[in-house]
Amino acid sequence: MTFTQWFQSWGGEAFGWFLATTVLILMIALPLMLAVAMIIYADRKIWAAMALRRGPNVVGPLGLLQSFADGLKVMLQETIIPSAANRGLFLLAPIITFTVALIVWAVIPFGPGMVLADINVGLLYLLAASSLGVYGVIISGWSSNSKYPFYSALRAAAQMVSYEVSIGFVLISVVLWADSFNLSKIVLAQQGHIFGFLNGFGFNPLLFPMAVVFLISALAETARAPFDLTEAESELVAGYQTEYSSMSFALFWLGEYANVILMCGLNAILFWGGWLPPVDWAPLYAVPGIIWFFSKILIFFFIFSWIKATVPRFRYDQLMRLGWKVFLPLSLVWVFLVSGYLMLTRYGA
Amino acid sequence: MIQAFAFYLFSAIVILSGALTVLSRNPVHSVLWLILAFFNAAGLMVLVGAEFIAMLLVIVYVGAVAVLFLFVVMMLDIDFAELRSGFVRYGFFGLLIALVLAGELIIAGGAWSAGAIDIAHRAAPASADLSNIEAMGALIYSKYLYIFEAAGLVLLVAMIGAIVLTHRDRKDTRPQNISDQVKRRPQDAVRNVNQPVGQGVEL
Repeated sequence: MTFTQWFQSWGGEAFGWFLATTVLILMIALPLMLAVAMIIYADRKIWAAMALRRGPNVVGPLGLLQSFADGLKVMLQETIIPSAANRGLFLLAPIITFTVALIVWAVIPFGPGMVLADINVGLLYLLAASSLGVYGVIISGWSSNSKYPFYSALRAAAQMVSYEVSIGFVLISVVLWADSFNLSKIVLAQQGHIFGFLNGFGFNPLLFPMAVVFLISALAETARAPFDLTEAESELVAGYQTEYSSMSFALFWLGEYANVILMCGLNAILFWGGWLPPVDWAPLYAVPGIIWFFSKILIFFFIFSWIKATVPRFRYDQLMRLGWKVFLPLSLVWVFLVSGYLMLTRYGA
Repeated sequence: MIQAFAFYLFSAIVILSGALTVLSRNPVHSVLWLILAFFNAAGLMVLVGAEFIAMLLVIVYVGAVAVLFLFVVMMLDIDFAELRSGFVRYGFFGLLIALVLAGELIIAGGAWSAGAIDIAHRAAPASADLSNIEAMGALIYSKYLYIFEAAGLVLLVAMIGAIVLTHRDRKDTRPQNISDQVKRRPQDAVRNVNQPVGQGVEL
């Protein structure tokens, strides 16, 4: 008896389903918020260690409670709305960012069968939902009625649209190989992908360059360093968040980090086997899939922090050059290569 | 019951936001209402089982086209008085277009109610056991291949045309040449000289 069926057994068909889905959504969203709090702490610690500093170390043991203290502080602050701002849209923008960052998690498979919505256009849903994220930034920039947020909004709009193009082509290469848009099937297609031994499209020499392109595009899509031009503090104060305070600022913050974790998870799912162990060896399957998945997310998050701590920020024209003149042609050529290879080997007459 | 509720919810929001797109005074609000209309239309597509079209609607229209709309509209220098001044001048054409659209809707509705089209006689009957994407792929890449290719060609020509028309070759800019920068070595740029005191440096 599955989780949903247990609820339906005493709550009736429709109401039981409703209750079960609500509980499942909370079971994803609440731990996600906790994970975001801890990952912000981890980010600051890693960043500090690379700069030979200590990072947060005062609140709680080893500073572990720092994020919660920040959250409490932010909640007690006053929400300031600039008098010239467009009030409704100004408050709507952080809500959009936060909501979109949460709805994307509906299709992420955490383990075999552990997925809220196992839909067969899962990858397209992800692409659709992540392309909505840009609205939070644009609306906040416009409705603040202030010049720096506005510049930031324009930058964000161009940046995200540009990098979504190459992300789309990378995803097509993966989908061609996995033969499905369903994320669980994409993970299963990677089992024993190389010599029936290594789990992960990233081990495939033909797909490895796409894994690298995806990792870098993911940085640009989430506006992480070195592509954080939307909040370049030396030019734009704090970018689109300049006029925000208290909880509305915190929602941006939470949404941004939830997106970063999501992109780490996507890297794991699309190229490094998701909840499968890295090697197709029976004893490794004794470890629950969710632990493999989370450890892969953490490895990618470490790489993200590492890049943030070491790589200087790109200039805007360099960012556009990388997106349109390097990644777009490269990923387009790779779609040809991958489909050509598959025609020769898998679908050849 | 739930499906009927969802249908009426999505349709009502589509109609409402469509109306507000036209009625909003601020063009930015208009675009945002338009985006809401797109989004709820995608919801309607999910209800009829066309999840692929729904996702495409969100990715292409909401995620890319509307972002560029918003981008352009936000950059406009809006003069509200001037916006409203042309009402009488353009009112007639607006009414004409509205009448044509309404007429077409009535004709389409009438043709549908004159007798539902037999599934077998449709231009491309969909097989029930295929998923959305597979069914569309099977049709586009076999039966409608040439039309699909022609559409792609039209888009390519439009894209090249847009670039050619808007591109201007500026001589006064100095774009970054990354391969030149990478090729540059210290001996090309730096020179160590042991300069005698009292003499200038030869540059």
